[in-house]
Amino acid sequence: MAGVASKGGEVRSDTYRDSRTWLLLPAWLTLVVLVLVPVSLMLVYSFLTKEFRGGVVWEFSLAAYDQFFCDRGLFGDEPCSIEWNYITIFWRSIWQAGLATLFCLIVSFPTAYFIATRPQSTRVIWLFLITIPYWVNLLIRTVSMRFMLREEGPVNNVLVWIGIIDDPLQMINTSFAVQIGLFYSYLPFMVLPIYAAVERYNFTLSEAAADLYATKYVTLRRVIIPSIQPGIIAGCILVFVPSLGAFLAPDLLGGAKNFMIGSLIEEQFKGNAGNWPFGAAASMILLSMVMIILTLYARQQSKALGAGS
Amino acid sequence: MKKLLKSTVAALAIAVSGIAAHAEGKLAIYHWFEYIPQELLDKFSAQYNVEVVMDTYDSNEALLANLKAGSMGTYDVAVPGDYMVEIMSNEGMLDTFSPSEMPNFENIMEQWMNVSFDQDRKSSIPYQWGSTSFSVNRDVYSGDINTTDIIFNPPSELQGKINVLDTAGETLTLASLHLGIPQCSTDREQLKVLNELVQNAKQHWASFGSDVAKDVLVSGDAAAGMIWNGFGMKAREEGANIEYAYPKEGYIVWMDNVVLLKDAPNRENAIKFMNFLLEPENAAAVTNFARYTAGVKGVGPHLDKALGAAPELNPPAGGNPQFVQACSEDVQKVYDTIWTNLKK
Repeated sequence: MAGVASKGGEVRSDTYRDSRTWLLLPAWLTLVVLVLVPVSLMLVYSFLTKEFRGGVVWEFSLAAYDQFFCDRGLFGDEPCSIEWNYITIFWRSIWQAGLATLFCLIVSFPTAYFIATRPQSTRVIWLFLITIPYWVNLLIRTVSMRFMLREEGPVNNVLVWIGIIDDPLQMINTSFAVQIGLFYSYLPFMVLPIYAAVERYNFTLSEAAADLYATKYVTLRRVIIPSIQPGIIAGCILVFVPSLGAFLAPDLLGGAKNFMIGSLIEEQFKGNAGNWPFGAAASMILLSMVMIILTLYARQQSKALGAGS
Repeated sequence: MKKLLKSTVAALAIAVSGIAAHAEGKLAIYHWFEYIPQELLDKFSAQYNVEVVMDTYDSNEALLANLKAGSMGTYDVAVPGDYMVEIMSNEGMLDTFSPSEMPNFENIMEQWMNVSFDQDRKSSIPYQWGSTSFSVNRDVYSGDINTTDIIFNPPSELQGKINVLDTAGETLTLASLHLGIPQCSTDREQLKVLNELVQNAKQHWASFGSDVAKDVLVSGDAAAGMIWNGFGMKAREEGANIEYAYPKEGYIVWMDNVVLLKDAPNRENAIKFMNFLLEPENAAAVTNFARYTAGVKGVGPHLDKALGAAPELNPPAGGNPQFVQACSEDVQKVYDTIWTNLKK
């Protein structure tokens, strides 16, 4: 986990140095066969000419990128103006994923801090409780959430029974439901890295801060958060990236009324559109965005390490 | 996921039992999910001593995409819908056979012999046919439902409680029927009107979903929903107080067909399988399972009693049933843009 790297800089003795090549071979094979080759293929496809009803013609073309960025009207014969459709779809996905990350962070930070400050013996139990629901398949959890949120579902029934609302709320098929779904799906991916970071945190630093008349808030902001920042960032990435490509929650909880990045790409390969180069181009643009985020993180990390040594 | 697992296990089971019996040959089927009863596959396997393997897909477009992506030569038969038979034929993906190879060929009903998507049935035989329109919850709305206004210009009781199928083909075809414009129209004014119609109607729609089409009607999440007739019948049998509509503007009919694929590795067994499916008893077994209608003569005595009287399977005389047409590339591109505009 990224949080572990907080003591970077020192030389680590490598007992298995001699057999490194062999031990890393499976990882290299996975990387090349399952990541590098397919991604390169997608990159090439995104610059090819579309064949009607799926497939590609091996002729160079920028049509896929043109379609992404240029609005040429319903009939495709107008001059290029900015295409907002796909920007809207990407922005929606980013917004949803960003909100899910924020909510996860708000819930996870106190939770992780709480668990990390329990006695060693009970920490395992708390962590176990956090992970239990996630042994169930994501599809089944999402469908269950559908039952929870529907008009005559338990959530509405309880709210009406308590008297908070008079009529059931429309929750299913809204972006609120998608939010709940994303938040719930990826919550442990935020809790666990933050926990790992807080667990390594040297609590005498908090005492030292208090001795220097730092308030609780200042201690949190200037001492605790900077110390566990790698864990927070790792958690944010682990929630944000899968949320960005999520399609189960938008389809099952949001009613599939609006494309998300994931469903837009799927439509190009499996749906009526059958536009492989465009699907490949959209994937490449998504991949570039994720790469930029990860690069920023890596730079921030190395800068933090540089400052620490 | 469960379905996938089930069919994989089933395919494995057949494979294993086939090997145990020292099967003489193989048959590789590419089929829709949950569309053929396991017992029927077992029966074929035992009767002809053939090892059967089956993979599944969930839409005509996915079938085409996977075959195009390099699965030709893997499968012997597939089960595309009407317009997809024509597309696959034009793509050169289908092999032909002669009626003399199939003793049961004459069991095909007259009306399903000379079909536009495969004249004289050179590459395909009927599997099941049905219709696509919509079902309406009668507790919620008691007015006239036999109009496409229910979906595209809904009464206030149904607004915001409508599910439409998440496929551009069927939803835009029903919209064209609503407007009374020809399918695959190249007329720009008509296409603009089509675009505006679905844009405006979307505010009344609660969700887009195909595989959940039955569930949302049973649970009451949707009070009206586009659905295939057999699926609608299952929803009604599961307790929803719904009625299946035959809109006066028209509704979609479709037929799924078993096709002989080009480069079939086991052509002989494929022919045997197609002949087997034209046996009235076997065609009826599929109908009893999927709740659509066979295109084979003499299935009557083998059918479940409930099917005979089901309104979903017995459309009224007349009406305006329409097959979905395969549009030209130019029109398809406009349809894609309309669909993206709609779901952006």
